[in-house]
Amino acid sequence: MREIALHILDIAENSITAGADQVIIQINEDLKNDLLQINILDNGKGMDADTVEKITDPFITSRTTRKVGLGIPFFKAAAEACDGCFNIESQPGVGTDVSVSFKHSHIDRMPLGNLTSTFLSLLIGAPDIHWVFEHKVNGNTFIFDDQPLKEALDGLALTEPAVLKYIRETFEEGINTLYHADQITLDPIS
Amino acid sequence: MTSLKSLDDLKRIREEALKKQQLKENSGKKEIIVGMGTVGIAAGARETLKAILEMIELEDLNDIVVRQTGNIGLDSFEPIVQVVLPDEDKITYGNVTPDMAREIIKKHVIQGEIVKEYQIEK
Repeated sequence: MREIALHILDIAENSITAGADQVIIQINEDLKNDLLQINILDNGKGMDADTVEKITDPFITSRTTRKVGLGIPFFKAAAEACDGCFNIESQPGVGTDVSVSFKHSHIDRMPLGNLTSTFLSLLIGAPDIHWVFEHKVNGNTFIFDDQPLKEALDGLALTEPAVLKYIRETFEEGINTLYHADQITLDPIS
Repeated sequence: MTSLKSLDDLKRIREEALKKQQLKENSGKKEIIVGMGTVGIAAGARETLKAILEMIELEDLNDIVVRQTGNIGLDSFEPIVQVVLPDEDKITYGNVTPDMAREIIKKHVIQGEIVKEYQIEK
Protein backbone atom coordinates (compact mmCIF):
# COMPACT_ATOMS: atom_id res chain seq x y z
CA MET A 1 0.00 0.00 0.00
CA ARG A 2 1.54 3.23 -1.11
CA GLU A 3 -0.77 5.72 0.54
CA ILE A 4 -1.33 6.47 4.19
CA ALA A 5 -5.01 6.85 3.28
CA LEU A 6 -5.11 3.17 2.22
CA HIS A 7 -3.60 2.13 5.55
CA ILE A 8 -6.20 4.24 7.35
CA LEU A 9 -8.89 2.42 5.35
CA ASP A 10 -7.39 -0.92 6.35
CA ILE A 11 -7.26 -0.04 10.07
CA ALA A 12 -10.81 1.31 9.98
CA GLU A 13 -11.97 -1.91 8.33
CA ASN A 14 -10.71 -3.69 11.45
CA SER A 15 -12.91 -1.37 13.51
CA ILE A 16 -15.90 -2.40 11.39
CA THR A 17 -15.00 -6.07 11.85
CA ALA A 18 -14.70 -5.46 15.61
CA GLY A 19 -18.34 -4.38 15.68
CA ALA A 20 -17.72 -0.71 16.44
CA ASP A 21 -20.68 1.64 16.06
CA GLN A 22 -18.52 4.74 16.32
CA VAL A 23 -15.16 5.34 14.67
CA ILE A 24 -13.15 8.55 14.89
CA ILE A 25 -10.32 9.18 12.45
CA GLN A 26 -7.93 12.00 13.28
CA ILE A 27 -5.12 13.28 11.12
CA ASN A 28 -2.87 16.01 12.41
CA GLU A 29 -0.24 17.59 10.22
CA ASP A 30 1.97 19.73 12.40
CA LEU A 31 4.68 21.23 10.26
CA LYS A 32 6.22 23.28 13.03
CA ASN A 33 7.13 20.09 14.83
CA ASP A 34 7.56 18.18 11.57
CA LEU A 35 5.00 15.63 12.65
CA LEU A 36 2.22 13.69 10.98
CA GLN A 37 0.00 12.05 13.54
CA ILE A 38 -2.87 9.66 12.81
CA ASN A 39 -5.36 8.25 15.31
CA ILE A 40 -8.12 5.77 14.67
CA LEU A 41 -10.40 5.32 17.68
CA ASP A 42 -13.24 2.83 17.86
CA ASN A 43 -15.66 1.44 20.41
CA GLY A 44 -15.55 -2.08 19.01
CA LYS A 45 -15.06 -5.25 21.00
CA GLY A 46 -11.37 -4.55 21.67
CA MET A 47 -8.52 -6.99 22.23
CA ASP A 48 -6.50 -8.30 25.15
CA ALA A 49 -2.77 -7.59 25.41
CA ASP A 50 -1.79 -10.94 23.89
CA THR A 51 -3.85 -10.36 20.79
CA VAL A 52 -2.49 -6.84 20.37
CA GLU A 53 1.02 -8.25 20.47
CA LYS A 54 0.17 -10.96 17.96
CA ILE A 55 -1.39 -8.72 15.37
CA THR A 56 1.50 -6.26 15.37
CA ASP A 57 4.11 -8.96 14.78
CA PRO A 58 4.11 -10.28 11.21
CA PHE A 59 6.08 -13.38 12.21
CA ILE A 60 3.61 -14.49 14.82
CA THR A 61 0.44 -13.67 12.92
CA SER A 62 -0.20 -16.70 10.80
CA ARG A 63 -2.17 -16.61 7.61
CA THR A 64 -4.89 -18.93 8.87
CA THR A 65 -5.54 -17.39 12.25
CA ARG A 66 -5.63 -13.78 11.29
CA LYS A 67 -8.96 -12.12 11.64
CA VAL A 68 -7.70 -8.58 11.78
CA GLY A 69 -5.42 -6.70 9.50
CA LEU A 70 -2.48 -8.28 7.94
CA GLY A 71 -1.86 -4.64 7.13
CA ILE A 72 -0.95 -3.66 10.71
CA PRO A 73 2.68 -4.88 10.67
CA PHE A 74 3.25 -3.07 7.37
CA PHE A 75 1.83 0.20 8.65
CA LYS A 76 3.97 -0.14 11.78
CA ALA A 77 7.11 -0.79 9.74
CA ALA A 78 6.34 2.19 7.49
CA ALA A 79 6.00 4.52 10.47
CA GLU A 80 9.12 3.25 12.17
CA ALA A 81 11.11 3.69 8.95
CA CYS A 82 10.16 7.38 9.07
CA ASP A 83 11.33 8.16 12.61
CA GLY A 84 7.76 7.63 13.75
CA CYS A 85 6.01 5.18 15.99
CA PHE A 86 3.02 2.91 16.03
CA ASN A 87 0.93 2.09 19.04
CA ILE A 88 -2.23 0.14 19.76
CA GLU A 89 -4.14 0.60 22.99
CA SER A 90 -7.01 -1.78 23.34
CA GLN A 91 -9.32 -3.01 26.02
CA PRO A 92 -11.79 -5.86 25.62
CA GLY A 93 -15.33 -4.54 25.67
CA VAL A 94 -14.23 -0.91 25.41
CA GLY A 95 -12.52 -0.38 22.09
CA THR A 96 -9.26 0.13 20.30
CA ASP A 97 -7.10 3.19 19.70
CA VAL A 98 -4.50 2.96 16.99
CA SER A 99 -2.03 5.84 16.88
CA VAL A 100 0.65 6.23 14.27
CA SER A 101 3.15 9.01 13.73
CA PHE A 102 5.59 9.90 11.00
CA LYS A 103 8.28 12.52 10.65
CA HIS A 104 6.35 14.70 8.21
CA SER A 105 9.33 15.61 6.03
CA HIS A 106 10.92 12.15 6.02
CA ILE A 107 11.96 11.25 2.50
CA ASP A 108 10.51 7.73 2.82
CA ARG A 109 7.15 8.88 4.12
CA MET A 110 4.27 7.74 1.94
CA PRO A 111 1.99 10.49 0.70
CA LEU A 112 -1.29 10.88 2.57
CA GLY A 113 -3.06 9.93 -0.63
CA ASN A 114 -6.74 10.16 -1.42
CA LEU A 115 -8.45 10.76 1.92
CA THR A 116 -11.77 11.61 0.30
CA SER A 117 -11.86 8.25 -1.43
CA THR A 118 -10.93 6.41 1.76
CA PHE A 119 -13.58 8.19 3.76
CA LEU A 120 -16.31 7.73 1.15
CA SER A 121 -15.52 4.00 1.05
CA LEU A 122 -16.03 3.76 4.80
CA LEU A 123 -19.07 6.01 5.02
CA ILE A 124 -20.91 4.38 2.13
CA GLY A 125 -19.73 0.82 2.78
CA ALA A 126 -20.62 0.81 6.48
CA PRO A 127 -23.47 3.30 6.83
CA ASP A 128 -24.60 2.04 10.25
CA ILE A 129 -21.44 3.31 11.90
CA HIS A 130 -21.17 6.85 13.25
CA TRP A 131 -18.09 8.21 11.46
CA VAL A 132 -16.14 11.26 12.54
CA PHE A 133 -13.26 12.55 10.47
CA GLU A 134 -11.01 15.27 11.79
CA HIS A 135 -8.13 16.63 9.75
CA LYS A 136 -5.83 19.32 11.12
CA VAL A 137 -3.16 21.14 9.19
CA ASN A 138 -1.09 23.54 11.28
CA GLY A 139 -3.96 24.22 13.65
CA ASN A 140 -6.66 24.64 10.98
CA THR A 141 -9.30 21.97 11.35
CA PHE A 142 -11.79 20.29 9.05
CA ILE A 143 -14.30 18.14 10.88
CA PHE A 144 -16.77 15.87 9.17
CA ASP A 145 -19.24 14.24 11.51
CA ASP A 146 -21.77 12.15 9.62
CA GLN A 147 -24.43 12.30 12.33
CA PRO A 148 -26.11 15.65 11.43
CA LEU A 149 -25.96 14.64 7.78
CA LYS A 150 -27.68 11.32 8.39
CA GLU A 151 -30.32 13.07 10.51
CA ALA A 152 -31.01 15.56 7.71
CA LEU A 153 -31.29 12.70 5.22
CA ASP A 154 -33.78 10.95 7.50
CA GLY A 155 -33.37 7.50 5.98
CA LEU A 156 -32.56 8.51 2.42
CA ALA A 157 -29.65 6.39 1.17
CA LEU A 158 -26.14 7.84 1.10
CA THR A 159 -25.80 6.32 -2.36
CA GLU A 160 -28.46 8.64 -3.76
CA PRO A 161 -26.45 10.32 -6.60
CA ALA A 162 -27.02 13.89 -5.40
CA VAL A 163 -26.14 12.91 -1.84
CA LEU A 164 -22.95 11.18 -2.97
CA LYS A 165 -21.99 14.32 -4.85
CA TYR A 166 -22.74 16.47 -1.81
CA ILE A 167 -20.59 14.36 0.51
CA ARG A 168 -17.73 14.04 -1.97
CA GLU A 169 -17.65 17.79 -2.62
CA THR A 170 -17.92 18.64 1.07
CA PHE A 171 -14.87 16.50 1.65
CA GLU A 172 -12.82 17.73 -1.26
CA GLU A 173 -13.54 21.36 -0.45
CA GLY A 174 -12.96 20.88 3.27
CA ILE A 175 -9.57 19.28 2.84
CA ASN A 176 -8.57 21.69 0.09
CA THR A 177 -9.39 24.67 2.28
CA LEU A 178 -7.09 23.31 4.97
CA TYR A 179 -4.15 23.38 2.64
CA HIS A 180 -4.85 26.80 1.26
CA ALA A 181 -5.76 28.44 4.53
CA ASP A 182 -2.50 30.29 4.98
CA GLN A 183 -0.45 29.51 1.90
CA ILE A 184 1.74 26.95 3.52
CA THR A 185 3.68 24.55 1.39
CA LEU A 186 2.71 21.18 2.59
CA ASP A 187 5.34 19.01 1.11
CA PRO A 188 8.71 20.70 1.55
CA ILE A 189 10.32 18.26 -0.87
CA SER A 190 8.30 19.10 -3.96
CA MET B 1 -14.07 25.81 10.76
CA THR B 2 -17.66 25.59 9.61
CA SER B 3 -18.77 23.43 6.75
CA LEU B 4 -18.80 25.12 3.36
CA LYS B 5 -21.98 23.37 2.42
CA SER B 6 -25.06 23.66 4.54
CA LEU B 7 -27.41 21.01 5.76
CA ASP B 8 -30.23 22.99 4.15
CA ASP B 9 -28.68 22.09 0.80
CA LEU B 10 -28.85 18.48 1.84
CA LYS B 11 -32.48 18.75 2.88
CA ARG B 12 -33.31 20.19 -0.55
CA ILE B 13 -31.45 17.29 -2.15
CA ARG B 14 -33.49 14.92 -0.03
CA GLU B 15 -36.82 16.39 -1.05
CA GLU B 16 -35.93 16.29 -4.72
CA ALA B 17 -34.73 12.71 -4.45
CA LEU B 18 -37.91 11.63 -2.70
CA LYS B 19 -40.04 13.27 -5.41
CA LYS B 20 -38.10 11.38 -8.06
CA GLN B 21 -38.49 8.12 -6.18
CA GLN B 22 -42.24 8.56 -6.01
CA LEU B 23 -42.41 8.94 -9.78
CA LYS B 24 -40.54 5.72 -10.35
CA GLU B 25 -42.02 2.28 -9.98
CA ASN B 26 -40.81 0.49 -6.94
CA SER B 27 -38.57 -2.08 -8.57
CA GLY B 28 -36.47 -2.93 -5.52
CA LYS B 29 -32.88 -2.12 -4.68
CA LYS B 30 -29.89 -3.38 -6.59
CA GLU B 31 -27.02 -4.31 -4.36
CA ILE B 32 -23.31 -3.97 -5.08
CA ILE B 33 -20.85 -5.45 -2.59
CA VAL B 34 -17.12 -4.71 -2.65
CA GLY B 35 -14.56 -6.76 -0.71
CA MET B 36 -12.59 -4.42 1.55
CA GLY B 37 -10.31 -6.70 3.52
CA THR B 38 -6.59 -5.98 3.63
CA VAL B 39 -5.93 -8.07 0.54
CA GLY B 40 -8.75 -6.37 -1.34
CA ILE B 41 -7.49 -2.90 -0.40
CA ALA B 42 -3.92 -3.80 -1.37
CA ALA B 43 -5.21 -5.14 -4.70
CA GLY B 44 -7.01 -1.86 -5.47
CA ALA B 45 -10.52 -2.31 -4.06
CA ARG B 46 -10.77 1.34 -3.05
CA GLU B 47 -10.21 2.49 -6.64
CA THR B 48 -12.76 -0.06 -7.83
CA LEU B 49 -15.30 1.22 -5.29
CA LYS B 50 -14.46 4.79 -6.28
CA ALA B 51 -15.26 3.95 -9.92
CA ILE B 52 -18.59 2.44 -8.83
CA LEU B 53 -19.53 5.56 -6.83
CA GLU B 54 -18.53 7.77 -9.76
CA MET B 55 -20.78 5.75 -12.06
CA ILE B 56 -23.70 6.17 -9.65
CA GLU B 57 -23.18 9.95 -9.82
CA LEU B 58 -22.54 10.03 -13.57
CA GLU B 59 -25.43 7.78 -14.59
CA ASP B 60 -27.72 9.13 -11.88
CA LEU B 61 -28.57 5.69 -10.53
CA ASN B 62 -31.14 5.99 -7.74
CA ASP B 63 -31.87 2.45 -6.75
CA ILE B 64 -28.48 1.13 -5.68
CA VAL B 65 -27.18 0.01 -2.33
CA VAL B 66 -23.39 -0.25 -2.00
CA ARG B 67 -21.93 -2.29 0.81
CA GLN B 68 -18.47 -3.33 1.77
CA THR B 69 -17.52 -6.70 3.14
CA GLY B 70 -14.40 -8.15 4.74
CA ASN B 71 -12.29 -10.95 3.38
CA ILE B 72 -14.46 -13.67 1.80
CA GLY B 73 -11.70 -16.20 1.23
CA LEU B 74 -11.01 -15.55 -2.42
CA ASP B 75 -7.77 -13.61 -2.05
CA SER B 76 -6.35 -14.29 -5.50
CA PHE B 77 -9.50 -12.82 -7.06
CA GLU B 78 -9.39 -9.49 -5.21
CA PRO B 79 -10.70 -6.91 -5.82
CA ILE B 80 -14.00 -8.73 -5.69
CA VAL B 81 -17.33 -7.16 -6.63
CA GLN B 82 -20.67 -8.88 -6.14
CA VAL B 83 -23.90 -7.79 -7.73
CA VAL B 84 -27.34 -8.79 -6.52
CA LEU B 85 -30.31 -7.71 -8.60
CA PRO B 86 -33.82 -8.03 -7.11
CA ASP B 87 -35.01 -11.66 -7.19
CA GLU B 88 -31.78 -12.86 -8.76
CA ASP B 89 -28.78 -14.85 -7.55
CA LYS B 90 -25.65 -13.14 -6.32
CA ILE B 91 -23.07 -12.83 -9.09
CA THR B 92 -19.39 -12.65 -8.08
CA TYR B 93 -16.80 -10.90 -10.22
CA GLY B 94 -13.05 -11.18 -9.64
CA ASN B 95 -9.94 -9.06 -10.24
CA VAL B 96 -12.20 -6.11 -10.92
CA THR B 97 -10.33 -3.01 -12.09
CA PRO B 98 -12.08 0.40 -12.17
CA ASP B 99 -12.67 -0.02 -15.93
CA MET B 100 -14.20 -3.45 -15.42
CA ALA B 101 -16.37 -2.05 -12.62
CA ARG B 102 -17.71 0.63 -14.98
CA GLU B 103 -18.51 -2.05 -17.55
CA ILE B 104 -20.24 -4.23 -14.93
CA ILE B 105 -22.39 -1.26 -13.89
CA LYS B 106 -23.36 -0.47 -17.48
CA LYS B 107 -24.08 -4.02 -18.59
CA HIS B 108 -25.18 -5.88 -15.49
CA VAL B 109 -26.54 -3.30 -13.06
CA ILE B 110 -28.23 -1.06 -15.64
CA GLN B 111 -29.10 -3.47 -18.45
CA GLY B 112 -29.34 -6.70 -16.47
CA GLU B 113 -26.82 -8.67 -18.56
CA ILE B 114 -24.22 -10.61 -16.57
CA VAL B 115 -20.67 -9.89 -17.76
CA LYS B 116 -19.71 -13.55 -18.00
CA GLU B 117 -16.03 -13.09 -18.82
CA TYR B 118 -15.40 -11.38 -15.46
CA GLN B 119 -17.47 -13.78 -13.42
CA ILE B 120 -15.84 -16.26 -11.07
CA GLU B 121 -17.20 -19.52 -9.67
CA LYS B 122 -18.15 -19.28 -6.05
